[in-house]
Amino acid sequence: MLTFIARRLLQAIPTLWVVATATFILLRLAPGGPFDDEKPVAPEIKKQIETHYGLNHSLHIQYFQFFGNLLKGDLGPSYKYSGWEVQEIIAQTFPVSLELGIWAFLVSLIVGIPIGIIAAIRHNKPSETILMATAMVGICLPSFVIGPILLLLFSLQLEWFNPIGWNYPGDRVLPIMTLGLLYAAYIARLARGGMLDVLKHDYVRTARAKGLKESLVVYRHALRTALYPVVAYTGPAAAGLISGSFVVETIFFIPGLGPFFVNAALNRDYTMVMGTVLFYAILIILLNLMVDLIQMWMNPRTRHD
Amino acid sequence: MIPKPLPTVLISLATLTLISGCGKKMTNVERGMSDRELYVGIGTEPAALDPQITTGLTEYSVMLAFFEGLTTLNAETMAIEPGVAKSWEISADGLRYTMYFDPEARWSNGDRVTPQDFIFSFERILTPLLGAPYAYMLYSIRGAEAFHKGQLKDFSQVGLHTPNGTTLIIELNAPTPYLLNLMTHNTWWPVHPPTILRNGKIFDRISQWTKPKEFVGNGPYQLNRWRLNNGIHGVRNPHYRKANEVKLNGIHFLPIEPQAEERAFRTNHLHLTSTVPVHRIDWYREHQPERIHFDTALGVYYYMLNTKRMPLNDLRVRKALAYSINREQITEHILKAGQKPAYHFTPPNTGGYTTTTRLPYDPELARKLLADAGFPDGKDFPKFELLYNTSESHRTLAVAIQQMWKTELNIEVELHNQEWKAYLSTREAGDFDILRAAWFGDYDDPNTFLSLGETENGNNHTNWGNPEYDTLIEKAAFTQGSKARKQLFQKAEDILIEEMPVIPIYFYVTSRLIHPSVKGWYPNILDIHPYQSVDLISN
Amino acid sequence: MIKRRREDIVASVAARSLKRDAWERLTHNRMARIGGSLFICITLLCLIGPFLSSYTFDQQNLAYGAQGPSLKHWLGTDDLGRDLFIRILIGGRISIGVGFAATIVALLIGVTYGSLAGYKDGRTEAIMMRFVDAVYALPFTMIVIVLTVTFDKKSIFLIFMAIGLVEWLTMARIVCGQTRALRKNTYIEASLTAGASHLRILAKHILPNLLGPVIIYTTLTIPAVILLESVLSFLGLGVQPPMSSWGILINEGAQKIDIYPWLLIFPAMIFSLTLFSLNFIGDGLRDAFDPKENHSA
Repeated sequence: MLTFIARRLLQAIPTLWVVATATFILLRLAPGGPFDDEKPVAPEIKKQIETHYGLNHSLHIQYFQFFGNLLKGDLGPSYKYSGWEVQEIIAQTFPVSLELGIWAFLVSLIVGIPIGIIAAIRHNKPSETILMATAMVGICLPSFVIGPILLLLFSLQLEWFNPIGWNYPGDRVLPIMTLGLLYAAYIARLARGGMLDVLKHDYVRTARAKGLKESLVVYRHALRTALYPVVAYTGPAAAGLISGSFVVETIFFIPGLGPFFVNAALNRDYTMVMGTVLFYAILIILLNLMVDLIQMWMNPRTRHD
Repeated sequence: MIPKPLPTVLISLATLTLISGCGKKMTNVERGMSDRELYVGIGTEPAALDPQITTGLTEYSVMLAFFEGLTTLNAETMAIEPGVAKSWEISADGLRYTMYFDPEARWSNGDRVTPQDFIFSFERILTPLLGAPYAYMLYSIRGAEAFHKGQLKDFSQVGLHTPNGTTLIIELNAPTPYLLNLMTHNTWWPVHPPTILRNGKIFDRISQWTKPKEFVGNGPYQLNRWRLNNGIHGVRNPHYRKANEVKLNGIHFLPIEPQAEERAFRTNHLHLTSTVPVHRIDWYREHQPERIHFDTALGVYYYMLNTKRMPLNDLRVRKALAYSINREQITEHILKAGQKPAYHFTPPNTGGYTTTTRLPYDPELARKLLADAGFPDGKDFPKFELLYNTSESHRTLAVAIQQMWKTELNIEVELHNQEWKAYLSTREAGDFDILRAAWFGDYDDPNTFLSLGETENGNNHTNWGNPEYDTLIEKAAFTQGSKARKQLFQKAEDILIEEMPVIPIYFYVTSRLIHPSVKGWYPNILDIHPYQSVDLISN
Repeated sequence: MIKRRREDIVASVAARSLKRDAWERLTHNRMARIGGSLFICITLLCLIGPFLSSYTFDQQNLAYGAQGPSLKHWLGTDDLGRDLFIRILIGGRISIGVGFAATIVALLIGVTYGSLAGYKDGRTEAIMMRFVDAVYALPFTMIVIVLTVTFDKKSIFLIFMAIGLVEWLTMARIVCGQTRALRKNTYIEASLTAGASHLRILAKHILPNLLGPVIIYTTLTIPAVILLESVLSFLGLGVQPPMSSWGILINEGAQKIDIYPWLLIFPAMIFSLTLFSLNFIGDGLRDAFDPKENHSA
């Protein structure tokens, strides 16, 4: 087990290198530079600005300098927000996104899995249709729709919550619901599918035939296997959730990391793009590793030897 | 047994909801009233709070709370008032300004603001290595341009000196009547030398000095807290020279996007917004007209034509396109905030100048021109493209105009959008047929608009040039009498509209939501609002 | 090969009857029938509807502006006074088309890639799945921006490419995990020792067992793709006005929900209806092709 983890962590190094190099190339291919503006800056001034950020060097030197700094643990200064370091921005905003993401993740599991399982057990009964219809609504309505609707109802009409901010416990409710319910819908469908598959397996049938109470059958034998696709899905889902959502954090004015992923790219904020991408890559790698470990625990047969 | 997590979750959610609902919760407007703090929406996060490297209006409006120049603007009349300089003398030839410092002028750490501080600041912004985009705003100072361009190495040769530590003498290249106005611009503001040098060298652009724990300014407020995408908080600066005239204890600047901003305002979480989403304008007009405010702004929205490309190289085609746009419909039904249809390029009353030129709205004539150009009823008109940067308002406008050209001229334009930086790059490369553009005046003078048409102007991407036009604009720059100047501009504008390298569409207005408790916030064309005069009074 | 082995012929006959069985089961599934008819109705409406209406999708009436549903305009009009009903139908052509085509691209890549990786195990799997991790992490916005300037921006192929690029990844992960689990089953080991080829095992034992999760995830991918298309159009890729798509309509509607609610409600409704119908079809397919159901039948 430990060697497996160690091997995966070693594999992370080339993976990160590929990500960083590809991002570096993408950034340089993209049209427009970080210091282009509505009113064009005089070329000699632009050159001076670029000197501050080491952009006066040729591309391969920039590339090696970037990796040199990276090894020193320095992601560099943001190009867009003068005076802010990329690490500083991530350190300041990530905890917010993490908190939002963890809660949303829990909501999505607590709501999604039971709905999916109950629906599977009541297969072909009206209650299944109702549950799944509800889940479908969640899938059809992306966060940029759910968010404004929840705001309209609970914030503008009922005035239960503030429409913006991240200051009071109450401010957490709507954004967590917006994000969590979206993912819950996906998880419910995956869980139901997994459960339906499992319920037809011979060993479940045998267990049933032996006369055990149905719920026990479901629990002891089926659940683990049934949640297999759900678990595979949760790796990327969790990475997406805790790294922050552009839409939700913008709509609710939450000071998280989410908006920076998109805005850094739109601003051609090279260092910030690189920083967020590498950060996200590490999250993905770690979470996918965790998912694989969980899957191994759920189904010992898949153990990597 | 199957547990029933769903009801449990729902119940706990409901409880949570009730708790947060009952534990109510003050709105920012209520809190602002009791703490005497203002909550201002600013739309986007400022790129920096260093007055010498920023270029934007958002940054300016925030920094106005934290800095003060030699002169200031009256909040209501926009007239020049004393700032750090208590009084001044201008030599008879207009080449020498002697600024007498207010002994009460203080930095937020208690230091006196001295002429040396200003000389240091001007040296910093003019140091080529800093790369200050707006350094040219100081070019009227003798030797400043040479120093900034590296031709002059010794800053003491620049026309700035202080005989006694309370007076700053500024020598100019040429008489500059608007110099006292220039001094209110952020490029002329001082920065605190010890703070700058503690955080790096004089020319360091990447510096921590604008962070709250380092920051020293000389404005009515001082920086207390700054978190990206969360807000900037300023508190009363006790050392400010007129601290007792500052009415509020603090200001919160919140970078909220317009939709969320409007929701925040509606629920009393903002005193002021940066703008109003178009689809909400009618609602406010109808329900809360006292809260929505419109001001004319010094800006024009227009389409740039690439006069090198077929068929736009034909003047008749350009005119046909321009004459068939129904601008009244656009301003009335799409823009809704009281924008003025633009039948010429320079906004009315720019520096007291309003042109008499007017391009017609005449679809009949447009069709005739198009037929003359060889495209009767739009027949065989080549495919062409209209490029705009991604935004709902640009798209809506483009779609409306696309339809007008289709119905009036029977020609099809393809729309294409690009995100901002790609759009800038395409524009720079001149790789477009028609391009959406806008211009906001840097100062209140027709020159800031009409110089865009000069052949060599960096913002003229139309490939159009006219030597006569260039001469007129050049001449106007050196002409003294305002009447003679206006005549030159008038002639230039005639040429511009006759040759139609650009199609003006409308003149901008700013729209803003203001809570009734806010007093001392006056509308003005420059959209500058000094905070010391702003007050909160409950009704 | 000219001479087919007897075993193969038997297998193909069995497969044909399995297909027929599946089709019968599918058409006998009530929900699948409802879903199928509904989906056909919506598609036909999108294809034919615009020709029958007296309005066109780009015909404006600025003075009329955004008005709620009326006899003249069944579903109301947007802020340029365009008939919303026709715009939804026109948008449906784009969205259903893109939704299907891009999903199929993602499906093909994801299933092939994932099942190969999961089946191979060991070093190959490690490399293949780390590659998936890497692509996951790439900044999607940057990729699309680069795509728009590198290729002809109006090509519909680019949309599929951009969407396919992100959507196959999760599919690959799910399939890979599933395959790995199946691969270790004793009966597969047994058939391997009995001399069955890897391809046969993949086709006969692995793929049929993947159907469940794959179909479910496909039905989840279609809405994601349809909505992603509106993000692409923000970056300058994809449909350009006056054309529209469901993603764009819903996106715009959501911003104006409290003033012009119909601009959100109707597009979201038809979007949901379509997805509902697809889900019922998906469930039906799943049940119909279920290998376990088959054994017991």
